[in-house]
Amino acid sequence: MSNLMSGAKVLLECLARENVDCIFGYPGGVTLPLYDAMYDHHIRHVLVRHEENACFAAEGYARVTGRVGVCCATSGPGATNLTTGLVDAMMDSIPIVAITGQVSTKLIGSDAFQEADTFGITRPCTKHNYLVKNLADLPQIIHEAFYIAASGRPGPVLVDIPKDVFQGNTQFAPVSAIHLPGYKVITDGHAGQIRRAAHMMWEAKRPLVYGGGGVIAANASADLRQLVETLGAPSVMTLMGLGGMPSDHELFISMPGMHGSYAANMALTHCDLLIALGVRFDDRVTGRLAAFAPHAKVIHVDIDPAEIGKNRAADLPIVGDVKKVLGKLNKVVAEIAPAHKGENEEARKAWWETIHGWRDEHPLKPEISGDEIKPQHLMREIDRLSGGQAIVSVDVGQHQMWAAQFIRFNEPRLWLSSSGLGAMGFGLPAALGAQFARPDKLVFAICGDGGFQMSVPELATIASYGLPVKIIVMNNGYLGMVRQWQELFYNNRLNAVTLDCFPDAEKLAGAYGFKGRTIDRPIELESALREAVNEPGPYLLNVKVSPYENVYPMVPAGGAINEMVLAPPKPVAVA
Amino acid sequence: MLQVISLLLENKPGALLRVTGLLSSRGYNIESLTVGRTTDPTLSRMTIVVDVEPHLRKQVIKQMNRLINVLQANDLTEGPSVTRELVLMRVRAAMESRTAILKEAEIFGARVIDSSVEGFALEATGDSEKLDEFIDVMRSYGDIEVTRSGTVAVSLEPRKVRLSSPVPTAAGKSQTTNGVINA
Repeated sequence: MSNLMSGAKVLLECLARENVDCIFGYPGGVTLPLYDAMYDHHIRHVLVRHEENACFAAEGYARVTGRVGVCCATSGPGATNLTTGLVDAMMDSIPIVAITGQVSTKLIGSDAFQEADTFGITRPCTKHNYLVKNLADLPQIIHEAFYIAASGRPGPVLVDIPKDVFQGNTQFAPVSAIHLPGYKVITDGHAGQIRRAAHMMWEAKRPLVYGGGGVIAANASADLRQLVETLGAPSVMTLMGLGGMPSDHELFISMPGMHGSYAANMALTHCDLLIALGVRFDDRVTGRLAAFAPHAKVIHVDIDPAEIGKNRAADLPIVGDVKKVLGKLNKVVAEIAPAHKGENEEARKAWWETIHGWRDEHPLKPEISGDEIKPQHLMREIDRLSGGQAIVSVDVGQHQMWAAQFIRFNEPRLWLSSSGLGAMGFGLPAALGAQFARPDKLVFAICGDGGFQMSVPELATIASYGLPVKIIVMNNGYLGMVRQWQELFYNNRLNAVTLDCFPDAEKLAGAYGFKGRTIDRPIELESALREAVNEPGPYLLNVKVSPYENVYPMVPAGGAINEMVLAPPKPVAVA
Repeated sequence: MLQVISLLLENKPGALLRVTGLLSSRGYNIESLTVGRTTDPTLSRMTIVVDVEPHLRKQVIKQMNRLINVLQANDLTEGPSVTRELVLMRVRAAMESRTAILKEAEIFGARVIDSSVEGFALEATGDSEKLDEFIDVMRSYGDIEVTRSGTVAVSLEPRKVRLSSPVPTAAGKSQTTNGVINA
């Protein structure tokens, strides 16, 4: 019969119905039928050079668009290679649908070639996962997978599809209904709680807004800004939330936490009301929990009920979508404003003065030297070129923290960082995915010399698709963050942190057919960055920075966040 | 502290794995776990006993509720509920102690399910503490071999007992009543 469709074709039709325009993937034995069907299909397939990077690229795509990113891998090693990316998406609540091939249903359990228990392996790496045993179930499963990935607290969903399911034939019947009796998403927020929260906000003498990735995920930046402006309250945004409040906004302090600013951490420690929006009180923000915001009542808004009270008990919990809750909250806050007029005006003025005092006392200011390029100087120059508008994808380590400290983001969805998992090798493939999603945007991939070398294969992808990603390697010749800890907490016994033999950037980029350059003098920095940005294609800029710089302020592990180390310890005179 | 959790979950492949995997990944120790069908063949009822600090009990329930296949997770530790466990036991008995064993079994409400020259096979139900005592007593008569079912529990609060989807339907309500009667 002519109206029969293969399972592979059914999958592509289902993906098209979910508005998928691009799949990041790597083919293999059991996905051959799928790739054969793709030959005639309009969905674009982007061939990366490693499956882990397929998932990171899909994350980059999802993080800048807010849409579900899709990646695809074959059975066995293809699927196991995806896992780091899946856990990363899980930790940062990024919507991903991963398609993996599986050996034919008859072979499952027989230790067949390239067989792995993908369903079992990825169970803890995903929000939900599926093994498709019957082709008839495929449309329903794909529809559910996209719904689960994007709704509630977003996350990765994996669908494992055996080869014979791809090869089977069926009459395609599209599905639009969802039947998930166990999946409960509370979005609206309790009206009574919202009203109580609004009163608490006006009654507070030292309020502080603490926003996170949930603000970005819910597309609630405008609503957040409205709340902050109405209240005139200071705000901090976590590593996941950067861009949720414009960095240039006068009511925005900075990022708090282990490497947050002095003012942000002091504000958290001294506030009397903490308005926590889409955050999970992560240990890198709170430091020692018992000493975190000790004087504050906590209003906690989150879409995931399990986050409320997980680390810090909430005085006023509101389960709901941050955007929806803020929408209602803003109405009530404005409505009751006249009743609270002038109530705490003096106290709030004093609160702002205290915060400005902290900021002036220990500002975040870049180190600049005439002899060597300071990493902070590099970030400041990138910031000047970006003007708070470029997409910046980072790896993990010292450069990530300096980038977070010194690069401004005046819009959400510009800042891509593997924040929860801290997966090195994320920066380059995520930038690649972001550039596919936003071909119009200037995209920086800022990597350390360690993380860059974990994702070097993707230079081929970038070259092959001619993506104009600006790759900036902050090269200090060390695994800097690990070295920083060895220096400070392990008696300076440096071990396995020296990265010698970094390749010649000009030759490396040249080998892939694009431009590259290495610089090490501060005077070259501005012009070299400008040259990179003005280059129509990709560019690899290797910036040799001063090797011994460490990230400050720093809250030592287990310390309270107001007990920051603000500068390197003074050298001790040797007798 | 032991926490008794009653779960209603979809009878789908991997659902058990999700529950046990969640408990181990969050660091909660499973004391016992039982699972069986409900009157609705698409759903299973699971009773789990976990060893968890009292202040984490709410978090365990919330994490369970995050699982897509879980329709309902209830904490039965406090509030009216009934818990029962089944024990099957073989006891090797010398001729002279056989009568005493039968007397003792009767005191614990145990039934003889097999008798041979070697001894008896017994079955007993009750709460776990009572069964502990029963096992201790029987051990004093000779070698024993024991299999325990793990705890099953049911809430006595009518609103908590649901044998089908928590969506209120006429059919669902009548099944709720059945659940209470069975307790």
